[in-house]
Amino acid sequence: MDILANLALGFSVALSPFTLFLAVCGCFLGTIIGALPGLGPSNGVAILIPITFTLGLDATSALVLMTSVYYGAMYGGRISSILLNIPGDEPALMTTLDGYPMAKQGRAGDALVLSGVASFVGALLATIGLMFLAPSLARVAFFFGPAEYFALYLLAFCTLGGMASNNQAKAALAACMGLGIAMIGVDSSSGLPRLTGGNLHLFDGIDFLVAIVGLFAIAEVFFFIESHGKGSSIGVKLDKVRIPWKDIMSTKWTMLRASFVGFIAGILPGAGASLGSFLAYMSEKSIAGEKGGFGTGVAKGVAAPEAGNNSAAGGALVPMLTLGVPGSGTTAVLLALLMTLNITPGPTLFTERADVVWGLIASLLIANVVLLLMNVPMVKIFVKILSVPAWVLLPGVTMISFVGIYSLSGSYFDLLLMVGFGVLGYILRKLDVPTVPVILGILLGGNMEDALRRAMTLSDGDPTYLFSSPIAIGLWIAAIAGFVAPMFLRGILKKPQAVTD
Amino acid sequence: MTQRFFKALMTSAVLSVGLAGGAYAAECIAPANPGGGWDFTCRQIGKIMYDIGAVEKPVQVTNMPGAGGGLAYNHVVSERADDSDVIIAASSATTTRLAQNAYAGMTADQVRFVGAIGADPGVIVVAADSDYQSLGDLVEAIKADPGSVAFAGGSAVGGFDHLKPLMILKEAGFTDITKVKYIGVDGGADAITQTVGGFTQAMTGDMSEVVSFLANGDIRVIAVLTEERVPGFDDIPTAKEQGYDVVAVNWRGLYVPKDISDAKFDEWAGKLQQVADSDAWAQAMVDNGLAPFTKVGGDFQAYVDGLVAEINAMSKELGVLQ
Repeated sequence: MDILANLALGFSVALSPFTLFLAVCGCFLGTIIGALPGLGPSNGVAILIPITFTLGLDATSALVLMTSVYYGAMYGGRISSILLNIPGDEPALMTTLDGYPMAKQGRAGDALVLSGVASFVGALLATIGLMFLAPSLARVAFFFGPAEYFALYLLAFCTLGGMASNNQAKAALAACMGLGIAMIGVDSSSGLPRLTGGNLHLFDGIDFLVAIVGLFAIAEVFFFIESHGKGSSIGVKLDKVRIPWKDIMSTKWTMLRASFVGFIAGILPGAGASLGSFLAYMSEKSIAGEKGGFGTGVAKGVAAPEAGNNSAAGGALVPMLTLGVPGSGTTAVLLALLMTLNITPGPTLFTERADVVWGLIASLLIANVVLLLMNVPMVKIFVKILSVPAWVLLPGVTMISFVGIYSLSGSYFDLLLMVGFGVLGYILRKLDVPTVPVILGILLGGNMEDALRRAMTLSDGDPTYLFSSPIAIGLWIAAIAGFVAPMFLRGILKKPQAVTD
Repeated sequence: MTQRFFKALMTSAVLSVGLAGGAYAAECIAPANPGGGWDFTCRQIGKIMYDIGAVEKPVQVTNMPGAGGGLAYNHVVSERADDSDVIIAASSATTTRLAQNAYAGMTADQVRFVGAIGADPGVIVVAADSDYQSLGDLVEAIKADPGSVAFAGGSAVGGFDHLKPLMILKEAGFTDITKVKYIGVDGGADAITQTVGGFTQAMTGDMSEVVSFLANGDIRVIAVLTEERVPGFDDIPTAKEQGYDVVAVNWRGLYVPKDISDAKFDEWAGKLQQVADSDAWAQAMVDNGLAPFTKVGGDFQAYVDGLVAEINAMSKELGVLQ
């Protein structure tokens, strides 16, 4: 067995006391980074990269530390999603939909433990998948051309309507706002700036982290100010943490399915963990149907996105390691780390630098176990960081939001933009327009447009090119079904509760 | 409880201070996020300068991404014009964008280009199972039917990757360059994926982007756009020896602010020359698929001016520039 021999090599690299120590440190830091709103995994890893150089770590140690932070951040993101209704990082967005309602029912502890276990299952399965499939799965990317990507993004948008709001028109409006914001910046097909007003800061478009932090964290602060700091909905109490065996058992198939969906989403370049958790949640929601009660705080609604985003995080490593194409923002930063360490990812990495790759895989397995141990029995420690009174926490959230966003580009312009998004988020929530589709529009809009424009270039403007492969046709059918079905089923379906309280 | 929270805050505060430290050392601005070519230029040149003693303190690398280098350019032109302790990573992309007026009206004469000390050779690549065996085959196919070949590359339409095949086609006497299909994707690896997947027929990019795919047998490089064959890749023919006299390399170099003294400029040029002559740089070039390409000081400024004029003319013809 090649894989066992390789794994043994990997563990021999990763299982020294020093690297174990680094893994524990990385997991702890990562969880905090993930849990604090605004400081996403890509920021966190980016901020910590200089430390690995300062410490003079070798390639393997640096990778162990950084991937622990990466996986840790994926675990940590759920904590503030569940307790504060603010996603700690962008993939944890979907966890707010059921996690927060569950916490409000007084089951915050159950939600945290359950999502911790789901994260473990997702990440473990993804690491195993990475191990067995990475060399061959790298070929999947060869089947995705512009037409297929366009259909894939369309699928994501079409299924939005039923998910984000109980009013599809409002969800569609919000998605269009997001798409409109995504138009800002240099048009990649012609190189000409659009909607920038000649402002250099807008040439790269609007970073979705700026929008996320503005729409969620800053809008939250505005609501807090409005209520004069009294009776804020923030900060759900966490009383007792025990292991909800019943929920874990009842969601075991959900976790497996969500891990599979997330892993596939992670492998597709550019999609990443956000799409993974989104697709995992949506597919579970449609499987559960009307009786599932998704959006009201059900166990499956917590388990699915967490398993999905953690397995997507693992899946995103596949194109990064095998093709050098990062599958998400954070893997792009990890890619940067690899390049600085003089390791060039690509199809030959698995044969040429086996020690690095298998050391990395072994350290992912170790980090995963450490994170489960850290996040289930010790979750209270992380929660305490967040469960301070709102009048202390919100200024802190504001400060970290500002520091985190400033660290993105080092420009105050992003801060102004973030506050602007805060105002927008406040207004949208007052009008009961969901903010999630806005984010997804910003996140995927540019890619979707690029895919369409490339398809049109290749086909000389022939629209039938978009339906020219079985993969594309399948995705189109799923997209249309996903958009049309909820309209007919609306009368039958129980309306999901709004999550914007 | 609050104490723990403040500890977390302190941790982030310490982290940020740690990043900002090290004042008075020379600073190298990489106008992009960590991981790209500009970041590599800053980190490698900075490290080697320190290792060989050309600078006393380690060179501080600052990442200033935005507007394809435009933000950093603007920062240097408007705020650091006389700062002699700052160097900025540059490449062909910098001159391409300046030539195409992509930096909001700023021009190439607002800074001084110190030199280039390595270049990533341009390549034209097809899938391993492609019918096009040579650059000639590809050019003839386009001449016969411009729609039959689509190129994928890592830069936007009108970017340097797009211009490479157009330079070859113009050399071959094909003038209707707006007819040539090109899609800009997210980086060279993505462009290769599209080409191997059969969605495009050829890929245009840099040598460093294709090395690992080449070793894996997915692709064939049908031409490298250098004067001579590249050491280590001796079986890849140049475009020149196939009858198309086109040299297009993605050079890696530096610029400095405009208003520093000539003595300071010469000092930086000297330091860069020292790096170019060092063994460490020779090794770094081999590791990263770069070919030797040393132009330092006055020579380089003339080269940059020529490049800007050429790209400017071609961009107007292509319609990406009015």
